[in-house]
Amino acid sequence: MSGLEAVLLTTVTAATPLLLAAVGELVVERSGVLNLGVEGMMIMGAVTGFAVGYATGSAAAGAAAAACAGVAMALPFAFLTQTLAANQMATGLALTLFGIGLSGLVGEPFTGLPGVKLAPVHVPVLGDLPLVGTVLFGQDLLVYSSVALTAAAAWTLGRTRMGLVIRAIGNDHHSADALGYDVRAVRYGCIAFGGACAGLAGGYLSLAYTPQWIENMTAGRGWIALALVVFATWRPGRVMAGAYLFGAVWIMGLYAQGVGVGVPPQLLAALPYLVTIAALLAISGNRVLMIVNTPACIGQTFVPDR
Amino acid sequence: MRKLMVSAAALALSLAAAVGAETLNVGFIYVGPVGDHGWTYQHDRGRLALEKELGDRVETVYVENVAEGADSERAITRLARQGAGLVFTTSFGYMDPTIKVAKRFPKVRFEHATGYKRAGNVATYSARFYEGRYVIGQIAAKMSRSGVAGYIASFPVPEVVRGINSFMLGAQSVNPDFKVKVVWVSSWFDPGKEADATKVLMGQGADVISQHTDSTAPLQIAGEKGAFAFGQASDMLKFGPKTQLTAIINNWKPYYVRRARAVLDGSWKSTDTWGGMSTGMIHMAPYTNMPAEVAAMARAAEEKIRSGKLHPFTGPSHRQDGSLAVAAGERLDDGALLGMNWYVRGIDDKLPQ
Repeated sequence: MSGLEAVLLTTVTAATPLLLAAVGELVVERSGVLNLGVEGMMIMGAVTGFAVGYATGSAAAGAAAAACAGVAMALPFAFLTQTLAANQMATGLALTLFGIGLSGLVGEPFTGLPGVKLAPVHVPVLGDLPLVGTVLFGQDLLVYSSVALTAAAAWTLGRTRMGLVIRAIGNDHHSADALGYDVRAVRYGCIAFGGACAGLAGGYLSLAYTPQWIENMTAGRGWIALALVVFATWRPGRVMAGAYLFGAVWIMGLYAQGVGVGVPPQLLAALPYLVTIAALLAISGNRVLMIVNTPACIGQTFVPDR
Repeated sequence: MRKLMVSAAALALSLAAAVGAETLNVGFIYVGPVGDHGWTYQHDRGRLALEKELGDRVETVYVENVAEGADSERAITRLARQGAGLVFTTSFGYMDPTIKVAKRFPKVRFEHATGYKRAGNVATYSARFYEGRYVIGQIAAKMSRSGVAGYIASFPVPEVVRGINSFMLGAQSVNPDFKVKVVWVSSWFDPGKEADATKVLMGQGADVISQHTDSTAPLQIAGEKGAFAFGQASDMLKFGPKTQLTAIINNWKPYYVRRARAVLDGSWKSTDTWGGMSTGMIHMAPYTNMPAEVAAMARAAEEKIRSGKLHPFTGPSHRQDGSLAVAAGERLDDGALLGMNWYVRGIDDKLPQ
């Protein structure tokens, strides 16, 4: 494995869980809901994915279970914030705390067990090319899913009637309601989609990134994903760019140490966050972009007046 | 989760109190989960052995995943208040909280692992992990085809720097041109980051991986890519049956039994223990995945260290900048070892200060 290949491969693995979680949250936020429970849904996805993978011996089954676990975590959030009109931020934070605690509890018997690993897909011919072969055509299913989900989200939000409805609800839920759209039903769907994506992101950690279950193994990646959505001004393409930027800076920090650049490792460890924040500030500085893309109703409670 | 453990602890302690006044309650504070299969796992095996050895005379209780700092002070206080007579706090970051709590509970005996602050009722203990690192350095130099080892390091504290130096000196004793690449991940336990570091190091030519972090991730990743690796703190063979060459195993059992006995018979004193291979506080896992002659070499080095014939830091030995660190024929004393903040010659890294 060449040095460049290692850097590219690890960048992809570092970026994928962020991208998966961020794309889900992007759709949720576009519908006008802020779910701060990404970390909690992600960690439950990680433990469930590992457990099912371990029990069945199939990593694919584990990944499917991880997505289901994410949905199972998201639905109570939807019920509380949509049906009962609870405060979204408080509920989201509670979801994160709940997920971290619960995953530690249910994951206890699985700590330290060797897990199953999601096998890379081998594309004939293309996969045998040097460099591009392994980096572009030798990844596992979840990596491709993350890219496909990003493309699907971009297309759905930007080019379809369904996307138009989601955006309309996110921008003005009262008008959308007056036009006869079922605001809460659409939001339920978006929240469930966000949960599935966060669950998959967790599953990627425990089935592909490091195939094992370890308490608190998400290590704050859910929060990074949340920040990425804002940094990307709610545009799927930019979310992907942000996730890969974060992953690349993260890996370059490790790589630079290996070749012996005299930069303190503490600084290198902080660099992905600093770069992401800098990018965030640079983009938030552009008011027009922010106004155009920010879902106007984000975080607001909606109660239909009939 | 932590609350649950603590309430279970409270229950266990009150039950123990009911059994009889003769029973010594021994508490343990762990930095990671007991299932980390590394550092904390080994401490917990020590605890279980203590229960087995002393039977009805001791009751043990543990609190896992206690963050270093303020949180740990609460956990330690709780154990002391609930009637523990002896408390082991098993991570470097518990040092100040342990000293603080010990002041408030003068009758409770405390034992802090890997620290240097003691008090009338606070003893310290640690193991000479560097002795094992010399042996794995020798093995790495023999087994590497590329002549480059990767070293995943946590934080630039003397404990870790000493390990890197000892590893390098061991490797140089076999191959003077051997190279070690060091990557600092700024964490004791972050499987994702440790895995990334492993991949990056292998991308830079390392084909043997050594780690001073606690998860099994590097071993697994190295195995996937066909490199060799060493277990950390515990035998990790089942995570890399074709990957692990050996592991430095921390064995706290004899120490825990001895110290609990000392409390029971009233002979406990605040001491500083730094045990190595000679006292059995560390030993090597079986030598696997290597030719017989490499295993024989490792066994011979292990034996020499145990008998005191070999000390990893024997001169002449030079610092990275070329200055003499240890004069010919001399051995570095414990004070210099404990405060080590320099690299030996040949290490391909700049030590973060």
